[in-house]
Amino acid sequence: MHPAPSVIIFTTLSGIGFGMLAWLGIDATPPQGWVAFAFFFIAYALAVGGLISSTFHLGHPERALKAFTQWRTSWLSREGVCAVAGLCVIGLYAAALIFLGTHLPILGWIGAALSLLTVFTTSMIYGQLATIPRWNTPLTSVLYLAYALTGGALLTGRVSIAITLLLVTTAVQIMWWLRGDKAFADRGSSLETATGLGNLGTVRSVAHPHTSPNYLMKEFIHVVGRKHAQKLRIISLILMAGLPILLLSIHVGHIFALLAVLSHVAGVATSRWLFFAEAEHTVGLYYGMR
Amino acid sequence: MTTLPQSTEKKLGLVIDLDTCVGCHACVISCKGWNTENYGAPLSDQNPYGDEPMGTFLNRVHSYEVTSPGETAKTVHFPKSCLHCENAPCVTVCPTGASYKRQEDGIVLVNEKDCIGCGLCAWACPYGARELDQAEGVMKKCTLCVDRIYNENLPEVDRTPACVRTCPAGARHFGDFADPESNVSKLTAERGGMDLMPELNTAPVNKYLPPRPKDTWDFEESVLAPFLAPVAEETTGFLGWLDKQLSKLPGDKETN
Repeated sequence: MHPAPSVIIFTTLSGIGFGMLAWLGIDATPPQGWVAFAFFFIAYALAVGGLISSTFHLGHPERALKAFTQWRTSWLSREGVCAVAGLCVIGLYAAALIFLGTHLPILGWIGAALSLLTVFTTSMIYGQLATIPRWNTPLTSVLYLAYALTGGALLTGRVSIAITLLLVTTAVQIMWWLRGDKAFADRGSSLETATGLGNLGTVRSVAHPHTSPNYLMKEFIHVVGRKHAQKLRIISLILMAGLPILLLSIHVGHIFALLAVLSHVAGVATSRWLFFAEAEHTVGLYYGMR
Repeated sequence: MTTLPQSTEKKLGLVIDLDTCVGCHACVISCKGWNTENYGAPLSDQNPYGDEPMGTFLNRVHSYEVTSPGETAKTVHFPKSCLHCENAPCVTVCPTGASYKRQEDGIVLVNEKDCIGCGLCAWACPYGARELDQAEGVMKKCTLCVDRIYNENLPEVDRTPACVRTCPAGARHFGDFADPESNVSKLTAERGGMDLMPELNTAPVNKYLPPRPKDTWDFEESVLAPFLAPVAEETTGFLGWLDKQLSKLPGDKETN
């Protein structure tokens, strides 16, 4: 799949933002006043910034409101509904903390649930696609939720929880990669099943429909970017978990925490780039490529 | 509405005969022509006269080589367009309701006024049947020429999809798969019409007819072979003499 920057930025930032909102929502002793403002501002900037970024790849962003209508069948529509509902509920919860100094725990828990539900719906947009076997697994939802909770814990200053979750997320990520590497072969789709010509022998693409790449090839086939995939996996794990754990273990303070956060975000973005760049779509079969 | 109908009254679709298709791409051109001039946004081209021309097509013809040990390789031309699946994954993922499958005839369509161009339906389609038009920013797909097949302004003979009407080899057939007596149902039954990527459970309406088995030749060589005179390897006669004399003179260019 083509790794579109808008979607990488969206899933990376929104995931962390909604993860932060979830942690702030269930906090028994949440921050109040200006400190609360700072935390919620960062969380909203990430969550909403990511959502806005995701509209950049739309052909007609001015019609985006229509995307709230088909929640009965569409995970993308459900994501929109959950995101807006979550942001509204947490908004009230945050306003009470910031301006009134009042803690409304029930509102917080509802907001936290909606925030995590938003991350889950995002993961299902990818996880539902049978056309991309690497994504088509419940593990994709586990992966997205793990990343969101980890980033959220890190950015809300829950150091010991964050270290544990960084290790858990590393394990989930490795499991997801190992499963993903076998997923396409396990699904059994090949140029033989794609053309129905398997009974006659081995099928080979000898001529593409047109002489130069088309939308389908640009969108679904991304062979070049996979060259350094293994190295990038290691880099992403070091940035996402290794460095942050090291920094947080050395010293707990603002500078180290900031460095840990920046490293983590860079690591998550690298992992998300790989999420798209390594994904192989069945359309590639018709072009003799994956 | 992106909920798929439980069943459709008709199941309009195509039968594509891989035995007959000659790979001329006439269906590609007629499709592009009709669908640029009629229903919905035109099918745009980008850089059409440049190094890497690109454009939106609702129908594309691939060419494949099939090899099997002990047999000669076969070339199979393979036209591919929307299969109007009964279990269309492209429809249910649409967030706006722009994509829908019609209850009355099973055609899968896009209401371009509602399409936000998110591209998710193209991701959900295993076959590459949907293409995001780069100029209009909306999703384009085969409409089964919905503006031809019911169009009473056209002569009756033209009330079929443009690709079917134009195919010079008769490799494309249009009809109702819900009617067991229709031409397409009979062809599918007679020739073993098949689904593409059945493992993905999309239940395509369009069927592909496999190439017929090729006949074989049981003799060692052609029966005409003994009557063919051997081809002269050396030039003879006046031209042969001239060639030899000229070769003796210096100044010939080296040839590979």
